[in-house]
Amino acid sequence: MALTVNGAPVPVPTDPRVSLLDLLRERLDLTGTKKGCNQGACGACTVLLDGERVLSCLTLAVQADGRSVTTIEGLVEGAMHPLQQAFIEHDGFQCGYCTPGQICSAVAMVEEWRRGSPSNVTQDLADSAIELTHDELRERMSGNLCRCGAHNGIVDAIVATYVTEGAR
Amino acid sequence: MIEFTYARASDPSHALLLGAAQDARFLGGGTNLVDLMRETVERPRELVDVTGLASGIEETASGGLRIGAATRNTALAEHPLVRSRYPVLSRAVLAGASAQIRNMATVAGNLLQRTRCSYFYDEDGSRCNKRAPGQGCDALEGLNRGHAILGASDACVAVHPSDMCVALAVLDATVEIEGAEGTRQIAFADFHRLPGDTPHAETLLQPGELITAIELPPLSNEARSAYRKVRDRSSYAFALVSVAAVLRLEGGTIAEARVALGGVAHKPWRAAKAEAILIGQAPSPELFRRAADAELTQARPLRDNGFKIELAARTITAVLSDIAGDAA
Ligand SMILES: Cc1cc2nc3c(=O)[nH]c(=O)nc-3n(C[C@H](O)[C@H](O)[C@H](O)COP(=O)(O)OP(=O)(O)OC[C@H]3O[C@@H](n4cnc5c(N)ncnc54)[C@H](O)[C@@H]3O)c2cc1C
Ligand code: SF4
Ligand code: FES
Ligand code: FES
Repeated sequence: MALTVNGAPVPVPTDPRVSLLDLLRERLDLTGTKKGCNQGACGACTVLLDGERVLSCLTLAVQADGRSVTTIEGLVEGAMHPLQQAFIEHDGFQCGYCTPGQICSAVAMVEEWRRGSPSNVTQDLADSAIELTHDELRERMSGNLCRCGAHNGIVDAIVATYVTEGAR
Repeated sequence: MIEFTYARASDPSHALLLGAAQDARFLGGGTNLVDLMRETVERPRELVDVTGLASGIEETASGGLRIGAATRNTALAEHPLVRSRYPVLSRAVLAGASAQIRNMATVAGNLLQRTRCSYFYDEDGSRCNKRAPGQGCDALEGLNRGHAILGASDACVAVHPSDMCVALAVLDATVEIEGAEGTRQIAFADFHRLPGDTPHAETLLQPGELITAIELPPLSNEARSAYRKVRDRSSYAFALVSVAAVLRLEGGTIAEARVALGGVAHKPWRAAKAEAILIGQAPSPELFRRAADAELTQARPLRDNGFKIELAARTITAVLSDIAGDAA
């Protein structure tokens, strides 16, 4: 019984009550992932599970058995992830509490968009090349709240990384 | 959370075997069950993970679709056949929760998600007949802005919170269930129950029974459909009122009309009285409003939710007008 966290194997906790979030923060000391509400309502705990964004607070660690988890720490490969750099350049945060969740969420959001996944504001469901407009972007990122109201900077950072400058 | 064990089911019969244990529960994405377990509203002793079971979407012989119970909400909403043939279903799923939650949530879990009534969640502070039968209902005289205007009882005024289910109601879906006695099908309209005196019994599903699939009958190419959700903020919020509708016009009159409401009742609400007014008539905004009013004469407001009656009437009228387009 093991899962992979940022490339390294980790044993599944023996107590199935341990959430993936608590495994990361309290047992693996990966404190980048944040606990905001612990009930699915804020997105601060967003991580990638087999590449898809999920909420680690509502995921039992044992549900991730045999699967691969990527956290904000795992996005750093030598240098900072381009989106991390862009968050700094575009003031994509104030207190920073929501930031790891925002960044993990955005990385997977872009993959969803690239494969043609529609959103609630997509005009035409048959559209195979949906444009990542501000409306689309805000709707697709609505699962990540920011109490500081850094949304404009967050949107700018994502646009600069994936839209204006093309696929990095 | 109380202590429990966890096992993964390898196939439906394995799931039924494990699920037969007392206090066992099936686990989908866990977005509702894990939350309620943390609040000790739900107290299973054994979780049987069924996300490894059927998650495909296939065409049926009759030209409809069969959706595996473990299909994730994201996969359902973005499937090409759902988008092209049942756009109302894609729209309803995309209107719910957030991308993260839709990635986790399964179709069966969405069907069985429980009410968001805050007294139901408040395990050690409030009275709730749904959580503890016979205890009383604190929502009746309490904060009930989000609660039901249709089909409620003195025992419970909670609403079913799902968006997806409103679309399934209007599409005349069927729920496929496997149990110890074999497989059975339940019409979607019958699957969820009104509260009556037993608000804890929310569906016709029996303990230990497993949902294996949802089937959609074919929808005529000429039929047009839409979903609209009204809520307090533009995303990541439950519906105050939502409307799914299907209309088919033939030679200037309405040949087929199906309307369902979300956020207003203990179950996805098929508006049969409105449908009866629409059939055979020439579409117009006045007709749509008359149909909406016919449905809502049976509405009963609570202290805080009277606004939902007019909101529902206007939303029905707007959705039908949108679908009818230039014909109305
Ligand atoms: C913050 C937040 C916001 C949300 N907003 C919305 C919204 O706007 N609109 C909306 O529609 N929903 C919303 N949801 C609810 C969400 O859609 C549901 O939690 C989700 O669909 C449940 O699916 P799941 O697979 O995670 O179910 P689980 O939590 O795993 O299970 C739910 C129930 O289904 C049972 N179950 C699961 N699979 C089976 C099966 N195959 N057979 C029998 N029983 C089974 C479980 O035993 C459990 O009782 C929101 C949730 C959260 C946390
Ligand atoms: S409305 Fe229903 S769920 Fe809410 S407190 Fe009353 S009985 Fe419980
Ligand atoms: S901590 Fe998981 S959504 Fe808020
Ligand atoms: S930067 Fe403070 S919550 Fe987003």
